[in-house]
Amino acid sequence: MSPRRFPFTRETALLVLAYLYVPVAVLIVYSFNANRTATVWTHASVDWYGRILVNPSIQAAAWNSLVIAVCAATAATVLALLAALATRRAFLGRGASEAVLNMPLILPEIVVAVATLILFVSLGVKLGLGAMVAAHTAFCIPFAYLPIRARLEGISGTYEEAAHDLYANRVRTFRRVTMPLLWPGVMAGFTLAFVTSLDDFLTSFFLAGPGMTTLPVYIFSAIRAGISPEINAISAVMLVVSVLLVSLSFFLGRLRR
Amino acid sequence: MTQVPPSPAVSIRTVSKSFGKGIYAFRVLDDVSLDIGRREFFTLLGPSGCGKTTLLRLIAGFETADSGAIAIEGEDVTARPPFHRPVNTVFQSYALFPHLTVEQNVAFALEEQGMARDAIRRRVGEALEMMRMGAFARRRPAELSGGQQQRVALARALAPRPRVLLLDEPLSALDLKLRKEMQIELKMLQEEAGITFLFVTHDQEEALTLSDRVAVMQSGRILQMGSPREIYEAPTHRFVADFIGDINLLDGEALPGGGVRLDSGTVLPAAHAASGRVTVAIRPERARLVPAGTGALEATLVHSAYLGTAMLHKLELPVGGTFLLRQSDPAEAAPEAGRRVGLSLPGEALRVLAQ
Ligand SMILES: Nc1ncnc2c1ncn2[C@@H]1O[C@H](COP(=O)(O)OP(=O)(O)OP(=O)(O)O)[C@@H](O)[C@H]1O
Ligand SMILES: [Mg+2]
Repeated sequence: MSPRRFPFTRETALLVLAYLYVPVAVLIVYSFNANRTATVWTHASVDWYGRILVNPSIQAAAWNSLVIAVCAATAATVLALLAALATRRAFLGRGASEAVLNMPLILPEIVVAVATLILFVSLGVKLGLGAMVAAHTAFCIPFAYLPIRARLEGISGTYEEAAHDLYANRVRTFRRVTMPLLWPGVMAGFTLAFVTSLDDFLTSFFLAGPGMTTLPVYIFSAIRAGISPEINAISAVMLVVSVLLVSLSFFLGRLRR
Repeated sequence: MTQVPPSPAVSIRTVSKSFGKGIYAFRVLDDVSLDIGRREFFTLLGPSGCGKTTLLRLIAGFETADSGAIAIEGEDVTARPPFHRPVNTVFQSYALFPHLTVEQNVAFALEEQGMARDAIRRRVGEALEMMRMGAFARRRPAELSGGQQQRVALARALAPRPRVLLLDEPLSALDLKLRKEMQIELKMLQEEAGITFLFVTHDQEEALTLSDRVAVMQSGRILQMGSPREIYEAPTHRFVADFIGDINLLDGEALPGGGVRLDSGTVLPAAHAASGRVTVAIRPERARLVPAGTGALEATLVHSAYLGTAMLHKLELPVGGTFLLRQSDPAEAAPEAGRRVGLSLPGEALRVLAQ
């Protein structure tokens, strides 16, 4: 006899799924709407996708988002890798170090964004791309760190001992054994950091400086002029890219355990 | 002309090792000294936690000794890191690199030693052939069975032709049948390759079958070292006697000039040079059943088990305690359970051990 289930389990699950995904589904459906007014359906079309491809401000914003995400994710991944290696063995203050590393996950982003803005302004740091990369790097570190550390914990120290035993010194062991085994975790960490940076609005909004936009900032300002099907299309593209990358990172993280 | 004897393959001098600090310090190896001859199959045998792995790791260089010195073929390696020691290890978990193929695993050490490509290819081929793993060269470790992984681990450790091979319970992950096969293979391999083997096990049968010499360890000390025959037939410690094979231990008082008065009052004619409290040990196969009243001891037969090649009798001594007796001819008539019988204990089969 199968264990008795609570009544309405299936119905509840469907409700929750609808609650989570109906808004997104509506957005995607309307991104294929031919009507100028975003909320009135006439007939299907991919016009808006064509439009966003040739819109120069969207192109510029997308390019900025991409540059920031690549730079910030790379820097964050390198730092996270070093941090993960450094916190591998037990030492006094290891727990505290990890807490500090993961702090961006719990600090309210608005507070950090405002604080960073005030700091940069008072130091005379020019707002714009550089400032945004620096700030994005900081909050991306935990996203890169967690998969790397998880992977590192899964690699038993015996592999490294075996490499030493087979005459590889510390540097060679790192190159030939530790790093190849760690690689899927590093890729997963990079991808998560990349997506996190790509989706960020608050920090970018505060640190963009005049005349500078990223995709999320562009969407925000465009929406103030009214909801247009164009925004639906950009959002759908961002959604697909994010989902693909996160799936990729999940897949990499589980690769060849 | 005098010949200098070759220095031992491995020489360990008064090595001690503790884990933990201050009041948590725990001494795992206590003043261990031993010499392993060249081409010897030497086994460390002892119960779990007695420090076998730690001693092996000290020789490999994964741990550093608190005091003492370790030399390999006469060269002091105490301060050398593992990658500068001419020894290789077969790990209990094999530790094959999962991201490399079988042949890449075996080639690893040769590449690190800077050997030429052709020479590496030849040597890898030989090593895999010797372990009958040539057909699996392109596979990854995850695609091999336990026994096959074991063979690859051996091939990988033997390929650089180390002076000493360290093996930490390499057979413990295999099932009984494969284990027996691998035991024979290991022994043949060691004789063929002419390499010194330092083998760790807590399986006494395995130790006796394979080794030229065995060191029995207990709580970080070596209690006795010798050939399997010496260890089995002439144990010097109660612990060694008890750990290896079945044995009967009878407590008593050493009498000056020979003989032991057991706690039951019986005097056994056992030769010794001891005094005070002692234990008399006798193997089950050395005692014989005789009619009641004619043996050195009296006992009641509790249970007899037919083993095919022998009968194993379990007897109860009147003062309490059981006595095991192995009758080598199972066809010989045996008394029924519950009968009183006598035990004949030949003097030369009795070992007197200090307590
Ligand atoms: N890194 C370590 N830190 C603290 N204690 C340790 C460490 N390594 C081993 N020990 C302790 O040292 C003792 C001996 O360990 P060791 O692994 O040498 O035993 P062993 O004889 O190989 O046992 P087994 O047959 O179970 O493998 C054990 O009590 C163990 O708990
Ligand atoms: Mg061990």
